[in-house]
Amino acid sequence: MLLLTCPYCGVMAEETEFHGGGEAHLTRHSDGSSDDAFTAYLFERKNPKGIVLERWRHVYGCGKWFHAARCAVTLEIFGTYSAQTFEPPAEIIAKIKAKRPEWEAKS
Amino acid sequence: MSDLMSFSEIDGSGAVLVAAQRRVMMVTLKAELSKATRAAIKKALGTPVPAARKIANGIAWMAPDELLIMVPQGDTPEAMIARLTAELKAPMLAVDVSDARAVFTLKGNKAREVLAKGAPVDLAPEAFTLGDFRRTRLGQVAVAFWLEADDEITLVCFASLKQFMFEWLVNAAQKGSMPEFL
Repeated sequence: MLLLTCPYCGVMAEETEFHGGGEAHLTRHSDGSSDDAFTAYLFERKNPKGIVLERWRHVYGCGKWFHAARCAVTLEIFGTYSAQTFEPPAEIIAKIKAKRPEWEAKS
Repeated sequence: MSDLMSFSEIDGSGAVLVAAQRRVMMVTLKAELSKATRAAIKKALGTPVPAARKIANGIAWMAPDELLIMVPQGDTPEAMIARLTAELKAPMLAVDVSDARAVFTLKGNKAREVLAKGAPVDLAPEAFTLGDFRRTRLGQVAVAFWLEADDEITLVCFASLKQFMFEWLVNAAQKGSMPEFL
């Protein structure tokens, strides 16, 4: 059971009030990209045993998409943050680094 | 609680009185709730926009860019939409959603217990108080609810689920089935 806090409306709720949207911070390859880049964008996802950055939607609440950083093994949540960003904010990275020094934001 | 004529269906067999209200007039407003927009809404409606996750004077905070406004007696959705459209300068959308929503009343000191059976929300009296407004799920149904009084809860869901929601609430309100957690 995950307890997520929606960064838009501030509600802390358990995961059934939300809906997962898969890996976050994908680079979109569409028109003009190579077939390989497009295939990778469409189908190839990291599936790390450890820290994951995910998209979530507050589907039963305010309806907004946001991002969450959590550990796929321990289910620890390091924080949630706005979807209007290309990378996790410094405070989230700092929180993860404090517990998992070996983790790199871009891996 | 309003008078009995305002309800289309009432069930008093359970631990909590469950009643489905007749058509309640309401308007949904979508707009970025900036300072200027808040001032314009106050001018159009005569009441300030409530804080996040709150309901006050019939205005409910649905999302950072959405309000649900109950149309008071003597006013009409059309007139309210016209006033909002005239006042708000920023991009906005105001729609009469009276026919798209079903409204229920739960009356009784076990009303919190009934909701707690289906909503992943802390409904303890110290956690959920008068003025709080919560959008969540009840069973599988997207709902929003708030307290009218300590023993009275108003609940809103989509009109297409009105009968299902009513039966769900009646079932959850059966005597002897209260979890007594709260």
